[in-house]
Amino acid sequence: MTENIGELVAEHPLFSGLPVDVAELVGGCSQNVAIATGQLLLEEGEPARSLYLLRRGHVALEVHEPGRVPLVIDRIGPGQAVGWSWMFPPYRWHFDARALEPVGAISVDADCLRAKAETDPAFGYLLMKRLAAVMLDRLQATRIRLLDVYGRDVAH
Amino acid sequence: MCMDAMLLTEVEPLLNPLTPVTYRVVARHVETGDVVTLSLEPTSGPSPFSFKPGQFNMLTSFGVGEVAISISSAPGAPGPVEHTVRDVGAITHSLCTAAVGSVVGVRGPFGTDWGVDGFDDKDVVIVAGGIGLAPLRGAISYLVDKPGRTGRVYVLVGAREPDQITFPDDLKRWERDGAVVKVTVDVPDSRWWGAIGVVTTLLPTIDFDPARTVALVCGPEIMMRFTVRGLVDLGVALASIRVSLERNMQCGIGWCGHCQLGPLLICRDGPVFDYSAALEKLISERER
Repeated sequence: MTENIGELVAEHPLFSGLPVDVAELVGGCSQNVAIATGQLLLEEGEPARSLYLLRRGHVALEVHEPGRVPLVIDRIGPGQAVGWSWMFPPYRWHFDARALEPVGAISVDADCLRAKAETDPAFGYLLMKRLAAVMLDRLQATRIRLLDVYGRDVAH
Repeated sequence: MCMDAMLLTEVEPLLNPLTPVTYRVVARHVETGDVVTLSLEPTSGPSPFSFKPGQFNMLTSFGVGEVAISISSAPGAPGPVEHTVRDVGAITHSLCTAAVGSVVGVRGPFGTDWGVDGFDDKDVVIVAGGIGLAPLRGAISYLVDKPGRTGRVYVLVGAREPDQITFPDDLKRWERDGAVVKVTVDVPDSRWWGAIGVVTTLLPTIDFDPARTVALVCGPEIMMRFTVRGLVDLGVALASIRVSLERNMQCGIGWCGHCQLGPLLICRDGPVFDYSAALEKLISERER
């Protein structure tokens, strides 16, 4: 059965449980995209114009370095989202994001989303609460990774 | 006969818990760069002890010292008893480099166990960080191999880097035999296609019924604290979570007090504990 883009948005964990009209607002800025293996979704330094809601496939968040294979920072999969730099100036990607396999995603136009959030503060607040919760989870997970917990042993 | 002689005669047939029994290293398997599994057999006669998953032995490297090491094989498994050692100091270095054929001392087994016999109809979520998989290995094999169990087994493993994942063959075997096995690393390399992040990030990715779940957690205490919070957030009762703690165990039988943690002696009252608010308070105590 064909679903409209608003329904697909509402099914994604980032927006699940929100009122239908909110999902429709996001859906109005969204399109389905297919990304081939190896293709970059985000490219460091380039303008940040989309939020990607992953539906299928995995994406590697990377930092590239001349003469070396990219350093993988994180791997993001179905049900997760990638791309946050569109939220705040200077609206440029900080990292690369590469499709590790064929990826199916909802691409949400960032300019459109920001404009709707600006004109409808209630929507903007709901949106920011959802995005901030995910970013907080990522920040806390990253901080725990920095602890290098598995390396802490008492010498015997 | 004098009284001393009578006492000696009466006590001698029992194993003195402070006297190591000699075991020979019959195999040595390098798990990672600094982790080695030693397979041990008594130098004479049958193995003088039976054990339960989660218990530990005191291993002696003669002339160097003695250290508490978890038994990493499953109870009743054929062949030698296995201990997995991480090279973090003089004693463990001596054990890790012990050659096949060399002799080490073994005292034990000591302490509490994971209590796996009571989990037949339960889902069991096992969370291990780093070398913390070693004390859980016997429990996992026991649960996966036990006929008639109806609950599922979930094995979540976190390691710093892909080449520090211990027991990769066991992980494959457990998955083949029906367990859900997921591994994550903090620092991936270019060949790593698995999950990235601390082991707690795997919890929301498994589909289990928190109401009928028992969780067994072993790893660094910070990791265990965060894991317990993650489990509780997903609906697992605090009383259904067990953790294995490690302190400076020396006698193994609660005599010396070196492993004291508040009112607990880890070697005697643990190392496996039911998690509780009181235990969390003890392992979260701030240094002043």
